[in-house]
Amino acid sequence: MSENIIELKNIRMSYDSNTVLDGVDLTIKNGEFVTFLGPSGCGKTTTLRIIAGFESQTDGDVFFEGKNINAVPPHKRHINTIFQRYALFPHLNVYDNVAFGLKVKNTPKSEINEKVSKMLEMVNLKGLERRKIDTLSGGQQQRVAIARAIINHPKVLLLDEPLSALDLKLRKDMQVELKALQKRTGITFIFVTHDQEEALSMSDTVVVMDKGRIQQIGSPADIYNEPENAFVADFIGESNIIDGIMRKDFLVEINRKQFTCLDSGFNLNEEVDVVIRPEDVDIVPPMNGMLEGQVTSVTFLGVHYEIIVDINNFKWMIQTTDKHEVGETVGLYIEPDAIHIMKKSEYSGTFGDYSSYSEELDEMNEESAEAQALEESADE
Amino acid sequence: MRVLRGIFIALILILLYAPMIVMLVFSFNSGTGTAVFEGFSLRWYKELFLYGGDMLGALRNTLILALLSSIVSTVLGTVAAVGISKMKKQWTKSTIMSITNIPMMNPEVVTGISMMLMFVFIGRILNLINSVNFITILIAHITFGLPYVILNVLPRLSSTDKHLTEAAMDLGCTSVEAFFKAVLPSITPGIIVGFIMAFTMSLDDFVISYFTNGTYQTLPLLIYSMTRKPMKPDVYALESIMFIIILVLMILLNIIQSDDKKKGRKAS
Amino acid sequence: MNKNKSGQVVLNAPYLLWSVLFIIVPLIFVVYYAFTTADGQFTFENITTFFTSRDYMYVFCMSMLYALIATVICLLLSYPFAYCMSKTSASVQGMLMLLVMLPMLMNLVVRTYSWRQILERTGILNTFLESLGLPAVTFLGSAGTVIFGMVYNYLPFMILPIYSSISKVDKSLLEASSDLGCNVFGTIKRVILPLSIPGVLSGITMVFVPCVSTFYISRIFSEGRIVMIGDIIEEKFYRSGAPDYNIGATISLVLMLIIVISLAVVNNFSDNDEENSSGGIVI
Repeated sequence: MSENIIELKNIRMSYDSNTVLDGVDLTIKNGEFVTFLGPSGCGKTTTLRIIAGFESQTDGDVFFEGKNINAVPPHKRHINTIFQRYALFPHLNVYDNVAFGLKVKNTPKSEINEKVSKMLEMVNLKGLERRKIDTLSGGQQQRVAIARAIINHPKVLLLDEPLSALDLKLRKDMQVELKALQKRTGITFIFVTHDQEEALSMSDTVVVMDKGRIQQIGSPADIYNEPENAFVADFIGESNIIDGIMRKDFLVEINRKQFTCLDSGFNLNEEVDVVIRPEDVDIVPPMNGMLEGQVTSVTFLGVHYEIIVDINNFKWMIQTTDKHEVGETVGLYIEPDAIHIMKKSEYSGTFGDYSSYSEELDEMNEESAEAQALEESADE
Repeated sequence: MRVLRGIFIALILILLYAPMIVMLVFSFNSGTGTAVFEGFSLRWYKELFLYGGDMLGALRNTLILALLSSIVSTVLGTVAAVGISKMKKQWTKSTIMSITNIPMMNPEVVTGISMMLMFVFIGRILNLINSVNFITILIAHITFGLPYVILNVLPRLSSTDKHLTEAAMDLGCTSVEAFFKAVLPSITPGIIVGFIMAFTMSLDDFVISYFTNGTYQTLPLLIYSMTRKPMKPDVYALESIMFIIILVLMILLNIIQSDDKKKGRKAS
Repeated sequence: MNKNKSGQVVLNAPYLLWSVLFIIVPLIFVVYYAFTTADGQFTFENITTFFTSRDYMYVFCMSMLYALIATVICLLLSYPFAYCMSKTSASVQGMLMLLVMLPMLMNLVVRTYSWRQILERTGILNTFLESLGLPAVTFLGSAGTVIFGMVYNYLPFMILPIYSSISKVDKSLLEASSDLGCNVFGTIKRVILPLSIPGVLSGITMVFVPCVSTFYISRIFSEGRIVMIGDIIEEKFYRSGAPDYNIGATISLVLMLIIVISLAVVNNFSDNDEENSSGGIVI
């Protein structure tokens, strides 16, 4: 068996004049838990649907275990899918939904019986065999969907935002369960989500996408600690992204002050984006600080305070457990390993400033993004 | 696969439209026959308007009947739909809906003769000469138009926000004002669709009219009475005109509905 | 609260009154005439006459048979058509809907009569056949032509509800089915067909009922050679020298009851999908 189970080579996809995927190259190893992460409309679901075979790419090749499967219809691919809204068959009960794939393959009745009851036991649905789908809770439906896909022993399982319809608590539980299931079965999971926490906590490899292109591929820690551009830095967690100039290796200038860092290999005096995570900044008395600014907003979030500090009209976000007052002048202290340098990109200047920051605004954005996502799925 | 599907769709459409095509083509026939096309002429259209007095009269009757009956059905049906939507008891609601469905489910012959029997019976008691007349055919057409209005308005009412009336009343409207200002605009598309359906059903009705018309001659009845002898193409000329009118009506209806759908999507 | 109640009465009273007067009462008259003699005496004679007459029973059974055959043919044509229709693009679907609906709104009598022009001994079809050197065929007067007339007239009533239930099937279910190993036919058999049963049942009802009770189709297409139950009803009221309302009402009553029973049987198949089973007629 080849080690790379799925390879995408320069996949392009466009509807009319609208480009959805703009040259996606990706290799997925057998047994990996891979997550496609990105905002709605970034092309992650389209990529998944191309792997499943529901859509054919405009250009490029899909390889499965080294063989080109461009022309293979979905029903002949050893790939199963868990759909966003589960797509359970409403005319069948739990048992028949799970047994669907086996029945299609004309599996003997006794074998179906045995496998289905084993599978239902595995997903904790024993005793619900005869229940109608619409009488199940969201979590139960989710389990039926999982059982229905896994029972066919697919080599790859595609999961299209499967947890987005569940409430927070259930979602956390399912994250753990899915991860455990993946470990136990050894099936390659390709998971699509727009929730960065979900991506970081579950995956072996995260693929960050935006505007139809892959922005970064890496382990959750790599993605978080060493984002490749402002988009990735901003999408994964909170970050202050400041304009800087590399004065030489291991020395960056921000706000006309020089900071030691751990990055090298840039041109002399190259303009760069500097990422500093809010939790990596210490607030100190003004005279001890490397930078000095005024507190403009303080929000208590339970575990810590979120403080916005104005330094030369650039608003920094800092997370700290100490309380400070609005209007107070504070100093900031930044360790060299808290500084991460990125090359300038098309995203420079669009992210990482908290001057218009307010929680309400964020929520509104999320809502409109969701509405957009819904509309998009309706369009399809 | 795609090609096969296309061919199949085309074949069925040809089956459905063959008589309409024959009708349209032969309405322009210069000869008298309806089998051989002898040449293009507007002869039958001319003849229709010059000498087709009884046919045009029947057409006028049909239109008057369709317009009157569909207006009454629309008003009565809309009021009924509002009433039904406000009903709280499930069984009264389902009973009234079953009654509403009777004219749609019952064979037209039975609906026709049941009304005729009643009208004749009443006529006998009142000693009328014409127990079936314009009034009875009007009543019959209103009755079978009603379900179309109700079934088109009801879903709109149930999808209209219940708080709309409350909001309007909160802002100082009386309940009647609230209905006209808040509810009516949102159910108007349903009312229009119901009206158009009631209108076309009345325009087209043959069986029920057949039993309730008395001496009131509508076009379908007249044409049916003409089918015993060879038909002249002036009927085709008239029907071709009607075909075009209905086609335009349907396209309008389609535009209203698709506009409405778009609006609905934007709103959500 | 009180005001609310009186408001409801004002809204509901006119329609209630209307439907009682012009739907319920006429049906009571059918029952009344079916169980009385010409001079108003109560009797069972009409019923026994109908059920013991070989002629009536023959016509009745033949009508049921013709209507059944026409319904089956309609179903066999409509299902693939509705399926093909659902596979076209959204704008084409809208146009096809319009095209299917349009003939329904054209005068039935005229459409039927136009077909007669096509099928006549000297009609277009035979003219065409003869020009090819083929012998002319007598279409009119045969049971096949009458059944064809029914199929033609009521095909849209079968297509529309089936199409509407097929197009309601969630696309993701079709994807799920192919994801789980079904090819196109497997998906039709295992997913689309079971989910479109309500539309099929509604279509069957909407075709069977008018077919079994038609009288003008058989009259125009068979030139009186094939008599349907509808013809007999019509005859009892209008054509025979001495109209017999009582027997006419009796036959209507029986026809109505048969239809109510068959509707009940058909609707028993569709579990409880009310929304779909009544959705056919509404555009």
